[in-house]
Amino acid sequence: MTDPTATGVFGEFGGRFMPEALIAALDELDAAWQEAMADPVFVAEFEAVLRDYAGMPSPLYEATRLSEQVGARILLKREDLNHTGAHKIRNVMGQALLTKRMGKKRVIAETGAGQHGVASATAAAYFGLDCTVYMGAVDTRRQALNVARMHLLGATVVPVESGSATLKDAINEALREWVATVDHTAYLFGTAAGPHPFPSMVRDFCRGIGDEARAQCLERYGVLPDAVAACVGGGSNAIGLFTAFLDDADVAVWGFEAGGDGVETGRHAATIGAGRPGVLHGARTYVLQDDDGQTIESHSISAGLDYPGVGPEHAHLAASGRAIYESVTDTEAMDALALLARSEGIIPAIESAHAVAGALRKARALAAEKGPEATVLINLSGRGDKDMGTAIEWFGLGDPDEVTAEPVGEQREGNAP
Amino acid sequence: MSGPSTRTAFDRAADEGRAALMGYYPAGFPDVETGIAAIKVMVESGVDVVEIGLPYSDPVMDGPTIQAAAQQALDGGVRIADVLRTVEAVAATGVPTVVMTYWNPVDRYGVERFAADLASAGGSGLITPDLTPDSAPGGGQAWIAAAEAHDLDRIFLVSPSSTDERIAMTTAASRGFVYATAVMGVTGARDQTSDLAEPLVRRTKAVTDLPVGVGLGVSNGDQAAEIGRYADGVIVGSAFVRTILDNPSDRPAGLRALGALTADLADGVRRARR
Repeated sequence: MTDPTATGVFGEFGGRFMPEALIAALDELDAAWQEAMADPVFVAEFEAVLRDYAGMPSPLYEATRLSEQVGARILLKREDLNHTGAHKIRNVMGQALLTKRMGKKRVIAETGAGQHGVASATAAAYFGLDCTVYMGAVDTRRQALNVARMHLLGATVVPVESGSATLKDAINEALREWVATVDHTAYLFGTAAGPHPFPSMVRDFCRGIGDEARAQCLERYGVLPDAVAACVGGGSNAIGLFTAFLDDADVAVWGFEAGGDGVETGRHAATIGAGRPGVLHGARTYVLQDDDGQTIESHSISAGLDYPGVGPEHAHLAASGRAIYESVTDTEAMDALALLARSEGIIPAIESAHAVAGALRKARALAAEKGPEATVLINLSGRGDKDMGTAIEWFGLGDPDEVTAEPVGEQREGNAP
Repeated sequence: MSGPSTRTAFDRAADEGRAALMGYYPAGFPDVETGIAAIKVMVESGVDVVEIGLPYSDPVMDGPTIQAAAQQALDGGVRIADVLRTVEAVAATGVPTVVMTYWNPVDRYGVERFAADLASAGGSGLITPDLTPDSAPGGGQAWIAAAEAHDLDRIFLVSPSSTDERIAMTTAASRGFVYATAVMGVTGARDQTSDLAEPLVRRTKAVTDLPVGVGLGVSNGDQAAEIGRYADGVIVGSAFVRTILDNPSDRPAGLRALGALTADLADGVRRARR
């Protein structure tokens, strides 16, 4: 493989397909990032802010009740416990620290589920930067809580109505703005996709997930896991987990894409599973597209996975066979969300529930082969508070009369219906 | 066989002591036949080079006007075959006709196949807003090779933010003309011309003998006259599209407005160096 850090090319994928107007800014960012990562002061400051402010390293938790049900040891990397509730904080603190180092005072970001938007607004507040977040209008409606959080953190949220009004259109709009403001504005890209250097830079800021998990697993069990698993939308949490294990040939690497209503229905976001190589948002990668190269809208119950492209390094890992990518339907993900809630007392983000569902499916087969010592490490990339609206609708939890037990206590007079 | 190089139109304009007028219009807007009729009005009213837009689902360099037109065309079901049919109809008038397209439709269609079909429709080349000569893997170099094989112009963009090194690299890979983006921003008519354009044209002309066209933001004859003083070509897009967008239920009125705007711009490029 060519050196991906230098060129951003991963096998047949990645690279840079961008308007000339943005090339200088991408080159500037690339140089600043490489220089920063080689500077011990920057690296120490990044580690300190993640540790003291954002709560890293996140724990590696052995889910014993879940393990019993599956017949294999299930380890959860608890990124849901991070400040702002997801792995996204790692990426934005890195990029915002870099923005500060580059002397820029303003950041823009796109967001799908709103987690990257909240993380960006948080980082902007922390570093004293002005922040504008582009978010698909469909997503501002289904993720109203995160919109409120961004407002509270002082960010401007711009709903994007164009196209399918979801994540891809938010990226389009952020890129349009960036072309006009690039001299003083940094684009905090939310996933390990887009043009070089974003896929490599976002991976490096997120790779602590896997570096920590690998060390935690070795320290506690003396062995590496048999498999590591993560959900894949753009793929930042997944590449953040996978990177530490790619050279461990005996560790299987599993990515789970959003299967929506089922890949066979055409309503899904399984870009690697059902897409074809092409160019989207500045990189060569798998893209959901028609015969004319028009992007096909993706569908997923999870706003964070609802994206018709995927990070180019994942495209390469899939093509090379180093990682296996499968899809998980909305129903499977929501079942896993409920399962994790009831067996472990953890309500995961719907994105992360895809990883749980897919990993448990494969873990059962692994357990049959290797017995109860089989170990699967799943990245629990975020917490589910933001998804309660969706969960209420999906599970029919919204009716205040639908309670799980008969009312107790004597009804007082005057309160009778 | 491919159409005449865009260079021929620049040379003819230069012989007349003026800048060339280049008009952009998206194929299939509001439908394929009306689109062809509209572009023919532009040609009859004085456009020297036609740029036919290939509507794309994710046009990151376009402002609201061209986005809206492209969306209408896509909603109407426009296909690449319709774009090529539009090229064929327009190129038959004898005016050099190029396609302006984001890269993925060409990539999906097949670079070599697209170049062959564009050439046999009489097209003269491609303008590639999100493809630079060094776009890789499988980008700029693949297109340059296909363009070379089919005798097509390859028109890359230079920007106010381009370094001198990149301008030299880009122009060395170009054929036909060089597209200078006058502003840092997306397409769309602007009230004032940009003060970034003239220095960019000067920097570009310092390293190439190719003609330099200036685009982004031009909407009237006065602006065309101003840019025509220092550029070899003036590129107009959104303002043309706007005339049709603004007359959704009265097609003849839209086409009349389009013709009048083209005539004003054509007068502008002729006034420039008087």
